[in-house]
Amino acid sequence: MEETVIKIQGLKKKYRLGAIGGGTLSGDIQSWWARKRGKDDPNTQIGEKQYTNKEEFWALDGIDLEVKKGEALGIIGMNGAGKSTLLKILSRVTAPTEGDIYLKGKIVSMLEVGTGFHGEMTGRENIYMNGAILGMSKKEIDAKIEDIIEFSECGKFIDTPVKRYSSGMYVKLAFAVSAHLDSDIMVMDEVLAVGDVKFQKKCLGKMEDAANTEGKTVLYVSHNMQTIRQLCTRCIVLEHGKIIYDGTVEKAIEIYEGLDGDTTRSYYDLKQVKRPSLDHGRILKLTELEFLGKKDAVFKNAEVMRIRIRWHSSMEINQLRFLLTVKTRDDRAVGMAMSEKFDVTSKNGEDGIVLVFDISNIVAGAYYFDVDVVFCNEFGTYTSYDYPLKHFCFNVDDIDNHKIEWQDKYWGNIQLNSLTIEK
Amino acid sequence: MTGNWTTHIKAKTGMFEVDIREILKYRDLIWILVKRNFVTRYKQTVLGPLWVLITPLITVLLHSFVFGSIAGLSTDGSPQLLFYMASNTIWTYFAFCVNKTAVTFTENAGLFGKVYFPRLIVPIATVITGLIDLLIQMGLFLVMIAIYEIQGVQVGLNGWLFMIPIIIIQTAVLGLGVGITISSVTTKYRDLTILVSFGMQLWMYASPTVYSLSEIPESWRNIYLLNPLAPIITIWRYAFLGTGTIPVVAWGISWCITIVMFFIGVLLFNKVEKTFMDTV
Repeated sequence: MEETVIKIQGLKKKYRLGAIGGGTLSGDIQSWWARKRGKDDPNTQIGEKQYTNKEEFWALDGIDLEVKKGEALGIIGMNGAGKSTLLKILSRVTAPTEGDIYLKGKIVSMLEVGTGFHGEMTGRENIYMNGAILGMSKKEIDAKIEDIIEFSECGKFIDTPVKRYSSGMYVKLAFAVSAHLDSDIMVMDEVLAVGDVKFQKKCLGKMEDAANTEGKTVLYVSHNMQTIRQLCTRCIVLEHGKIIYDGTVEKAIEIYEGLDGDTTRSYYDLKQVKRPSLDHGRILKLTELEFLGKKDAVFKNAEVMRIRIRWHSSMEINQLRFLLTVKTRDDRAVGMAMSEKFDVTSKNGEDGIVLVFDISNIVAGAYYFDVDVVFCNEFGTYTSYDYPLKHFCFNVDDIDNHKIEWQDKYWGNIQLNSLTIEK
Repeated sequence: MTGNWTTHIKAKTGMFEVDIREILKYRDLIWILVKRNFVTRYKQTVLGPLWVLITPLITVLLHSFVFGSIAGLSTDGSPQLLFYMASNTIWTYFAFCVNKTAVTFTENAGLFGKVYFPRLIVPIATVITGLIDLLIQMGLFLVMIAIYEIQGVQVGLNGWLFMIPIIIIQTAVLGLGVGITISSVTTKYRDLTILVSFGMQLWMYASPTVYSLSEIPESWRNIYLLNPLAPIITIWRYAFLGTGTIPVVAWGISWCITIVMFFIGVLLFNKVEKTFMDTV
C-alpha cells in the first residue's frame, strides 16, 4: 500500500460575515468599553444583534481526508463550496480555525501562477524570483533554468522585462517555473484557464507525468470537467464546506453536475419553458414530457426508456417526427435518435404519444436530450414546429455488459454493434 | 499512522514558535528580494541611483540653512554641513526601515495571499536594501570629510568609528522591530498608516538630528535620552566628527529598548502572519 502523504483531520475554517471590527482602533476601543460596562455597542446599528455566532460562516466545516502518494486528486464543487479555502490552508496562506493537517514532503502551490513577478524585471530574473518565492534555492534554479526557459516557449524574450510580455507568455513562463519545482505535493487551482490549447495540453501532460511517473501527489481544483477527467485518479465533491463524495472521478462529476439543478426528474411541464423563437410552439406546442414508470430518470442500459410527450395543436399536421439529441452533461454530442413519422389529427386540442427509446448501446454516464418536433419533406430537409429549451436529464447505470472499464474520453459514449467472428 | 510527517498545519500556534531554520532555508530569497528592491526602484529614472546622493545633499543644505544659519543652533564646533550630514545619514536609514517595513502586510497582500514563505523574509530584505543606500551615503559623507580635511579643517575621526557597524546593526534591528510592529497592527487598524509618516516626523525632531544633545537642558537630558535614537545619533556623530559626548548608560538603555522592541515586533508579526489574509 502506498503511504499517506496528506492527512487532514477535522479541518474547519470560520469567517466572520460583514466588516471585520470597526476598522479603526478608536472604534474597537469604543465597542470594547461599551461591552465592558454592559451597554450597547455604539458601533452597531440599532436593533442589530451584538457579535453572535450567527454572523459566522464556516467555509470549511469538518474536512477529513487522506491522500496517498502518487494520487491525482480532483476537487470539485460549486462556487463557495470551500475548494479554494481548502487549498489556501493546505498551502499555508491562511491558518485553519480548527483541525490539523499533516504533510509529508515539500508542498508547492500554484494558486495563481505568476505571483511575485515584477514587471520591471526580465523573464530570467523573474524565474529566479518566482522560484525563490516557491522555495527553491538559487542553485536548484541554476540547474533547471534551461529546461524552464525551453518549456515556457519564451526563449527569445527571456531577457526582456515581463511587463512587455503578452498575457499568454506571462502565464507560460509562470507555469514553467512552478512545473519544474522539486516538490512532492503540487496544489493547483485553475491554472490552465489561460494559455493556448497547445500549451494547455503540454501542461496537462506535464502534470500527468508528475503524478504517474514521478510519483508526485497532485491536488487539482477546476470547473473544467474534461481536465479533471484527464488528470485525476480520484475526486472529491465539496458542498457547503463538507465532502459529500469521495471516490471515482466519473461518479464525482455526475454528483457535481447534479448539484446545479439538472436533476433526473421524471416529469417536465413545458408550457412555460422558453423557445428559441416565437414561431416555435405557435402551431404545435409541446406541453408535457414524462419518463414513464420511473420516479427519476435513471436507467439500466438493458432497459428501454418510455417517454410520453403531450402537446396542444391548432391544426392538423402530417408527417412529423421527434428528434432526440442526446448529449453528455458536459455538452458533448452523443447521437441523435429519430422517431417514426406520425400525424397530428386533432384540429384544435390536446394529444400525445409514447416514444420507446432503446438505450442499450449508450454506456453508463449522465446525459440529457433535447426534443425537437419537425416536419420532414421528401428531400430530407426539415422545419421545426417546437423546440423547448430544456435539458431532459437521465442517467444510465452500468449493468456490466461490456465487461470492460469504458474509457469515455477515447471511445465516446456509444458502444457500437459487437464484432462477430465468422465461422 | 507513520509518525514522520514533515509539516503540521494546525489551528493555533504558540506565541514563541518562530521558525528560524525555515527563514535560513529561504536565504536566497532574501538576496533576490534585495536585488529586486534596489534595481526596480530606479528603473526608468534618468538619474537612477544618483538619487541616493541627491536627496541627502539637498536635505543637508536645507538643514544647514534653516537650523544652522537662520536658527543659529550650535553644532558643537563641527562644520555645519558635516554636522547635519552625519545625523541625516543614520536617521534616513532608520526612517527608511520603519516606513518600508511598516507596510509589509498591506503592500504584499497580493503575494502573501497566493504563496507561502516565511513572511519575515520581506521586512528583512527591506532592511538590507536600505543598507545599500546607507553605505552609499556614508561614502558621500566620507568624501565630504576628505574635502574638509584637504582644505585644512580638522575633522575629529576617532576610535569610535569601530562602533559604526554595531550602531548600524542596532538601527536596523530597532527600525525592523518598530516597523513590523506597526505593520502587524495595521492589518486591522488602518489609522496607524496615517500616523506613521507623521509620527516619524515628530520622532525626527525628538532626536538630535537638527541640533546637538548639548542644546537640551541638563535637567531634561536624562528623560530625553530615553529616546533610543538619541544615543545612537549622538555616538554616530561623535565617531565621525569627534564632537559632543558619549552617553554610555543611555546607549545601554537604548539597546535594551531595541531588543525588547524587536521581540515584540517578531512575536506580533508571527501571530498576525497566520491569519492576516482574512483581515487585511
